[in-house]
Amino acid sequence: MSLDLRSKAELRAEKRKNRTGVYLVSPGLLVLALFFALPVVILLAMSLYVKPPGAEVGEFVPGFEISNYGTVLTAYWPELLRSFFFALIATVLALLIGFPMAYLVAVRLREKTLLQGILLVLLIAPFFSSFILRTQAWKQILADEGFVAQALKFIAILPADGHLTATPIAVVAGLTYNFLPFMVLPIYANLGRLDTRLLEASGDLYASPIVAFTKVTLPMSAPGVFAGTLLTFIPAAGDYVNSALLGNNRDTTMIGQVIDSRFFKIIDYPGAAALSFVLMISILILVTIYIRRFGTEELM
Amino acid sequence: MSHSQRRLPQDPQIRALVQAMGQRSFSRRSVLGAAGALSLSGLLAACGTGGSKSEASKPAVNDISAEDQSLNWANWTLYLDYDDKKKTYPTLDAFTKKTGIKVNYAEDIDGNDSYYGKVQGQLKSGQDIGQDIVTLTDWMAGRLIRQGYTQELNRDNIPNAANLLPSLQNVDFDPGRKHSLTWQTGYAGIAWNKKAFPKGLKSVEDLWDPALKGRVTVLDEMRDTMGLLMLQNGVDVAGQWGESEFSAATEVLRKNIDNGQIRQVKGNSYKQDFISGDAIAGIVWSGDMVQMNFENDDQWEFVIPEAGGTLWSDNLLVPVASPRKTNAEKLMDFYYDPAVAAQVAAYVNYICPVTGAKEEMEKIDPELTENPLIFPTDADLAKAHVFRSLDADEEATLASAFQDAIGA
Repeated sequence: MSLDLRSKAELRAEKRKNRTGVYLVSPGLLVLALFFALPVVILLAMSLYVKPPGAEVGEFVPGFEISNYGTVLTAYWPELLRSFFFALIATVLALLIGFPMAYLVAVRLREKTLLQGILLVLLIAPFFSSFILRTQAWKQILADEGFVAQALKFIAILPADGHLTATPIAVVAGLTYNFLPFMVLPIYANLGRLDTRLLEASGDLYASPIVAFTKVTLPMSAPGVFAGTLLTFIPAAGDYVNSALLGNNRDTTMIGQVIDSRFFKIIDYPGAAALSFVLMISILILVTIYIRRFGTEELM
Repeated sequence: MSHSQRRLPQDPQIRALVQAMGQRSFSRRSVLGAAGALSLSGLLAACGTGGSKSEASKPAVNDISAEDQSLNWANWTLYLDYDDKKKTYPTLDAFTKKTGIKVNYAEDIDGNDSYYGKVQGQLKSGQDIGQDIVTLTDWMAGRLIRQGYTQELNRDNIPNAANLLPSLQNVDFDPGRKHSLTWQTGYAGIAWNKKAFPKGLKSVEDLWDPALKGRVTVLDEMRDTMGLLMLQNGVDVAGQWGESEFSAATEVLRKNIDNGQIRQVKGNSYKQDFISGDAIAGIVWSGDMVQMNFENDDQWEFVIPEAGGTLWSDNLLVPVASPRKTNAEKLMDFYYDPAVAAQVAAYVNYICPVTGAKEEMEKIDPELTENPLIFPTDADLAKAHVFRSLDADEEATLASAFQDAIGA
């Protein structure tokens, strides 16, 4: 502890400044409380509701039915695991595809502003059209009678009765494609600030391009990679559009689909709430571990 | 509605609040209490504990039809005659011209389940959902009626309702048709692409032909897919079958999903799979096939399976707390005029539930009168069965078993 050498007036000013800060963030806090904290509490309460005997469809009363969690977990742990597995593969793929893209636009084309602008627009352009439509378009492109599937069958990569859609591969590909911009943009923003003189310096010090990349570029872009992976993994794990459109009903069901069907089709609100809560907590745990392990100062 | 400002609001919760404020000796505490009750009950409604039979809030709804010449109608997509060039619905315009009632027509419903999920909280607390007519399939209409979420119709305002087909006059979910009137009707049956599968289908069993592996879709509407599978097993779906008959059919479904015979279980979007060629055969809805054939050079053929198909209807209902019931009844009456019904049928291509429409169709498009999917033959009707109504417990357990079989 250091001695506080400030005068009383200075301390008062300091306090006032702090109070202004509190006033300024309070609208944000209020919004968070109203539209995040409260719904989460309701969700938690709902997940413990009980169905009274002889109840109407969708009639549940407040209760403390912890077994709701056990029931949905025993029934749906495979879907939960599959969601994280698919999301993980999609995140890794998006990183492998997205990093070079971001590097090209942010570093290599730094001098060519026009080209850089055009490519950046192309990166963001998919956001301008509907997510559902884009996924549906992939269904058409990869259709059994479509060019791609027919060509692959012709060169015997795909068996004659095989197909590209309605498979786990199609779902993972859909996830990768749809969340790619979330990976590219944070990395781009980060690499945009990369000081290329450092790369020159490492060259001067006889580092090969690969060493320069692994020792300089990659560590410096870590915050961008970190943000990108989180922004890709979290929504991908909860996604259900891709698995509903590109999947089958056998080995592609993700947890989002299950929550949807329990809420809308079976009208099991506590079950749906319990699953949502489990999903939220699991993501929270996974992300916490990830941050602890790989997190950088900037993000903590 | 500036002219109705002085009236108490229809919403039961806001009404309580306004009443509390309007009391001569109101104190701040009573108003705050009412506001607190409002937010608390709103909170509970948000928790969505759904339908109870013991209606806490059957609101006393004022019918404002006389002053308010408008009507809100929620329907499914492509379910009303539409003029592509003028971007209008000709029969709705005719209705407005005749009655002066302006209709806000919304293609709001894309699934019975999702629509129920959207509005049940408000219906439960007796609030106006902003629609004066909703169009829902038999079983969902039955659920709403059972839960007390609909208003009884005044048949004096709907003289044309006498034109309802005799076979639809009395249904098990609404005896005497007190709360509902049929909008359109159709079959669930089987269809195939004539070029890709010239052999054709006769029964549901034929869908499991190895030549169709991975190219079959079935509907995610439980009553249609399960109905067809159960009929194939020799079960009368309209009769008193039990859980064992149902699970025998889910086993067939599960087996054919697991071995990859069934590509996907789908809702309305199965049509895209038929058009793209991913699906060659499947369980489908009749009206879709008429429309798709019309737009895609007659590629598919539809039959009711030998063992029987299902007959479903969509029904017009007036939700609880709708303040424009009389206007709604006028609209129903209008659409039960055979001439108007024929105009709709010529566009939507489902079975028209109005007697006399066939004669009117002669004037519009004589060819369509020959189409058994719009004006059904007795032989077809004999093969079509209505899936029996389920009670609340069955709805939950069977839906759960079905969702489990389709892996969701």
